[in-house]
Amino acid sequence: MIENLNVFAVRTLTQKEYFAPGHRSCQGCAEALAVRLVCKALGRNIIIAAATGCMEIVSSPLPYTSWRVPWFHCAFENTAAVASGIEVGLKVLMRKGRIPKKKIVTIAMAGDGGTADIGLQALSGALERGHDFIYVCTDNEAYMNTGIQRSSSTPFGASTTTSPAGKMKPGQITWKKNMAAIAAAHSIPYVATACPSYPLDLIQKVRKAADIPGAAYIHILSVCPTGWRSAPDQSIKLGRLAVETGTFPLYEVERGKYHLSIDFPKLKPIKEYLRLQGRFRHLTDEMIEEIQDRIQRDYEILRERSKRGF
Amino acid sequence: MGKRVGMEVSIAAAEAVKQANVDVISAYPITPQTHIVEHLSEIVANGELDAEFFCVESEHSAMSICIGSEATGARSFTCTSAQGLALMAEMTYIASGLRLPILMIVANRTLSAPLSIWNDHSDTMMIRDCGWIQFFVENGQEVYDHVFISYRVGEDRSVLFPTIINMDGFILSHVIEPIELIDQEKVDKFLPPYQPLYRLHPDQPVTMGAFALPAIFAETKKAQEVALRASLPKILEVWKEFGDLTGRYYHPVETYKAEDAETLLVTMGSIGETASVAVDRMREEGRSVGLVKIRLWRPFPFEALKQATLHAKNLVVIDRAVSVGGPGGPVASEVKAAIYGEPLRPTVYNFIAGISGRDVAPFDFIKMVDKAEIEIEEGKKDGYELYGVRE
Repeated sequence: MIENLNVFAVRTLTQKEYFAPGHRSCQGCAEALAVRLVCKALGRNIIIAAATGCMEIVSSPLPYTSWRVPWFHCAFENTAAVASGIEVGLKVLMRKGRIPKKKIVTIAMAGDGGTADIGLQALSGALERGHDFIYVCTDNEAYMNTGIQRSSSTPFGASTTTSPAGKMKPGQITWKKNMAAIAAAHSIPYVATACPSYPLDLIQKVRKAADIPGAAYIHILSVCPTGWRSAPDQSIKLGRLAVETGTFPLYEVERGKYHLSIDFPKLKPIKEYLRLQGRFRHLTDEMIEEIQDRIQRDYEILRERSKRGF
Repeated sequence: MGKRVGMEVSIAAAEAVKQANVDVISAYPITPQTHIVEHLSEIVANGELDAEFFCVESEHSAMSICIGSEATGARSFTCTSAQGLALMAEMTYIASGLRLPILMIVANRTLSAPLSIWNDHSDTMMIRDCGWIQFFVENGQEVYDHVFISYRVGEDRSVLFPTIINMDGFILSHVIEPIELIDQEKVDKFLPPYQPLYRLHPDQPVTMGAFALPAIFAETKKAQEVALRASLPKILEVWKEFGDLTGRYYHPVETYKAEDAETLLVTMGSIGETASVAVDRMREEGRSVGLVKIRLWRPFPFEALKQATLHAKNLVVIDRAVSVGGPGGPVASEVKAAIYGEPLRPTVYNFIAGISGRDVAPFDFIKMVDKAEIEIEEGKKDGYELYGVRE
């Protein structure tokens, strides 16, 4: 891992902004940062198919737009299918000589709800068909756009407006769906996890995904101060803690081969990550221990896979 | 005259899609639409058509792929029936709102429950207000012809709307009919490649599918409404041009022995051909009965319908779908609305007939006309019956 990341991040990135400033995302929104970095990684020759959600709603109030690249919003649950259509449309038009041949990267962008819940069928279909596109899931771990309702990507114990911590239930009682593993199970050429707190890693993964022919899936953890009940100035730190505690390991699955992007010999205690977020404030020590055990176990499995390569 | 061959109507539809040089085909199998996609997949597999064909994981994705591909400027096609149409209903509204001239053939089938694979119009009536141009065809030739007509109209820059060709499932989709094929050269001249006004491409970045706040939503909806209504003259113009090319002239409303008729049957879809047989029989008996067939369902041809019906005393409107708990069938509702403002207007009697593929024979039409004429004579103003139900 490169040290002094911030220095490198600033110097090597294009100055150009494709996701223009002036959009309406909340203070400290790491999802907006993730989207901005994805665009910067690839430049102008992209087409984005976006799902309904935070990034759609903050960027496109008619007649304004924050997009300096072609951007298409259709609905919530079908982003992978719409991106499939864009990809095949471009392919056939180029083949038939109706538009000039050039590399245009099709990107599907959806949140965790639009990916792990309502969009899962369309995503699975698109991955099975093997469209040459990048599917980017910006995961803020709940339906933030509609007011912090739980999704299948909400972590165990998190209090949301539909999994509230109460006398009988301790917030979310199910474990976060492992979307990257589900994507990898489709045997697509490239799957990766990323986080904007590690911008160079994120950019490299997006570029790699664009270079590899076929479908690529990138799952990006996107800290949401509004939904996580965290301080807006802690978003980058929280992203780092998610990785350092093993909550959200950064890894790649390239043609079925697992590779941890950063391996920590010793993970930071999960408490450091949880205590900065109001959504976990009600957790008892037993629950924190349960989470810690699960994370440790999952991380070991991933580390083994990374060593083995599959 | 082109070559006249006997073929299944679904095959004819697929052949038309091939001749229209469609770029992207995306569909999910559902009875009775299957023969169209099966034949299209063969056509693409054999290299007869250079297109991307995707048999996807749901109708929702079938329409979503068409939306994506059409937005890049690729001529796109899908087809479905009943439950499949219901599943993609959300997307139909988006396709028209984004002004993407996709073509969809709906092999009309009953909407569940109870589950039924047979023909009526309950599926397409569910998305009546989706903002597409909607045709109801009467026979295989009309299906074939309207593939070209639909793309030509829909892709016109003054129109830019998706189109539905409604053809009755089984009754049309699975029968062999004589189809007069059009020479490819003529098709190419009539239907040049699609030149979109805007397309998704980095050389000219556009935002499509922005959201609208209340302050601007009504204006965008009005623009869509005005544009769909304004597509009528273009449809008429293209029909005329197509007629000059093939000798087959189409009109939004067709009439048969209607000019002097006291009672008019009003139908939509393939049932019109059976109704015309009934009209002939009644005419032989000296009865003053004619037939009006609605071909263009959206934009609704108010003027043409008025011209065809206002002189009559009775209108017997045959619907193929129930508006449960509502004012009768959807066609009758539209017909009543169209003539309501006229000082002298016929009385409408509405029958729902042939739902879920129940056969409607010529004598059924005669019975319906009998009943309507007697009851209207007795002073009934709101005749409405689900015809032929065993009680």
